[in-house]
Amino acid sequence: MPGFDFSNFNRNSALHARGVPLPKATSTGTTIVGCVYDNGVVIAADTRATSGPIVADKNCEKLHYIAPKIWCAGAGTAADTEFTTALISSNVELHSLSTGRDPRVITCMTMLKQHLFRYQGHIGAYLVVAGVDPTGVGLYTVHAHGSTDKLPYVTMGSGSLAAMSVFESTWQPDLDKQGAITLCAEAIKAGIFNDLGSGSNVDVCVIEKDKPTQLMRNYEKPNERGTKERNYRFPRGTTAWLNQKIISKEDMKKYVTIETLSGDDNLAEKMEVDS
Amino acid sequence: MVAPHGVTGMLGEDGIHVDMQHLKSGEVNLGTSIMAINFKDGVILGADSRTTTGAYIANRVTDKLTQVHDTIWCCRSGSAADTQAVADIVSYHLNMYGVTNNEAPSTQVAASLFQELCYENKDALSAGIIIAGYDPRHGGQVYSIPLGGSLHKQSFAIGGSGSTYIYGYTDAHWREQMTEQEGIDFVRSALQEAIKWDGSSGGVIRLVVLTKKGAVRHLYLPDNGYTGPGVTN
Repeated sequence: MPGFDFSNFNRNSALHARGVPLPKATSTGTTIVGCVYDNGVVIAADTRATSGPIVADKNCEKLHYIAPKIWCAGAGTAADTEFTTALISSNVELHSLSTGRDPRVITCMTMLKQHLFRYQGHIGAYLVVAGVDPTGVGLYTVHAHGSTDKLPYVTMGSGSLAAMSVFESTWQPDLDKQGAITLCAEAIKAGIFNDLGSGSNVDVCVIEKDKPTQLMRNYEKPNERGTKERNYRFPRGTTAWLNQKIISKEDMKKYVTIETLSGDDNLAEKMEVDS
Repeated sequence: MVAPHGVTGMLGEDGIHVDMQHLKSGEVNLGTSIMAINFKDGVILGADSRTTTGAYIANRVTDKLTQVHDTIWCCRSGSAADTQAVADIVSYHLNMYGVTNNEAPSTQVAASLFQELCYENKDALSAGIIIAGYDPRHGGQVYSIPLGGSLHKQSFAIGGSGSTYIYGYTDAHWREQMTEQEGIDFVRSALQEAIKWDGSSGGVIRLVVLTKKGAVRHLYLPDNGYTGPGVTN
């Protein structure tokens, strides 16, 4: 039976009880959202990955491929969202090949929830699953413990509260494609600007009936770094000196041994000096 | 015996202790008000629609009334993940039963399946489930499975954190053999009271009426004091 080995968990809890701090997992403080519209579904994510207080990646991808018309946005433990979506993507493709049908969003959601439930929350993957299949449009959230919800608009991650406030104040039924994209981007920006765990750019993925899926990487870049208006380089001669003394090679020989190497300039790398 | 210096952990006899509360932190909970009643022609299930993660409402329009067969439904309370998993497994078994025996399963069969799962896995689950169903042989029936995994056949059952506020209300107003409208009003006003007093319950009120005619869903919104719109299918 393949799976995780939890034997170190008991050891770690015992060590923790004696005052040793537990090892920290890399997690993505994240904002991810999804929204259905008349002819499809849009999901979006920020692009900041954090490791404690450090921004580990300023432009990471949180939108994961499951199938051509099923995509997933991931929050929680970075490695877990990456590997869980990859595993389910693989199984969904095999399932689709063996049945000879296009994969369904609800199939994918069920496989994810059964996988995550089996691991009782130890796999820290919080996902938004979205897609279009022969039964119509699908949008679900899947929590790490294995619970799922089906809603017309969803948010997850540490920025979910900021993002949900945008949806709850501006969402309306019968949105068109552009309306849904703009609304999702606004919700992600609310997370980027108001949640410390989220930041950088907005990634958007649009999955539409009878059209190829569009992944719009860095759909908006509200945090572009501007060029510096000043620099701190000083002109030559800025530092004043009081006296100057030149020591000849002959004088040096009084204190140290000097060996002259062959005249090949490339032998020793030239010292770099600011120009 | 080892002396604990720990911050949160606790040591047992073996020096190792796994804290369930800690393990399950961040879990999605159905701090809930649910109930099911018998009436003249069948059963009525009712629930609020609030799902919480700590202080945050993860879903304000949750459907806690889950179909496990044509006219066998359940009300879920406790951990959302646990109750969904249990309901999915029961649903699978009842559908297999229906196909292999060419006959719909009875409500008691469904309740026994739920009990088996809830009792055998009682250490790993936090699930309080009410099962209600209609079958032509026994008519409407209501079963309750509280936390330990015991099974109780009742004329009506209440459950979830909000139910503590309506023991008195339901006891005072309960009557056997109510009409459908009387039953709907009883469930709706009891849940309205539970939502009013329980902070972990709220949102809309969902009902399912199960009779020989099948399942009919009702919806009642807080906008108009839970008076409508009523039937939704």
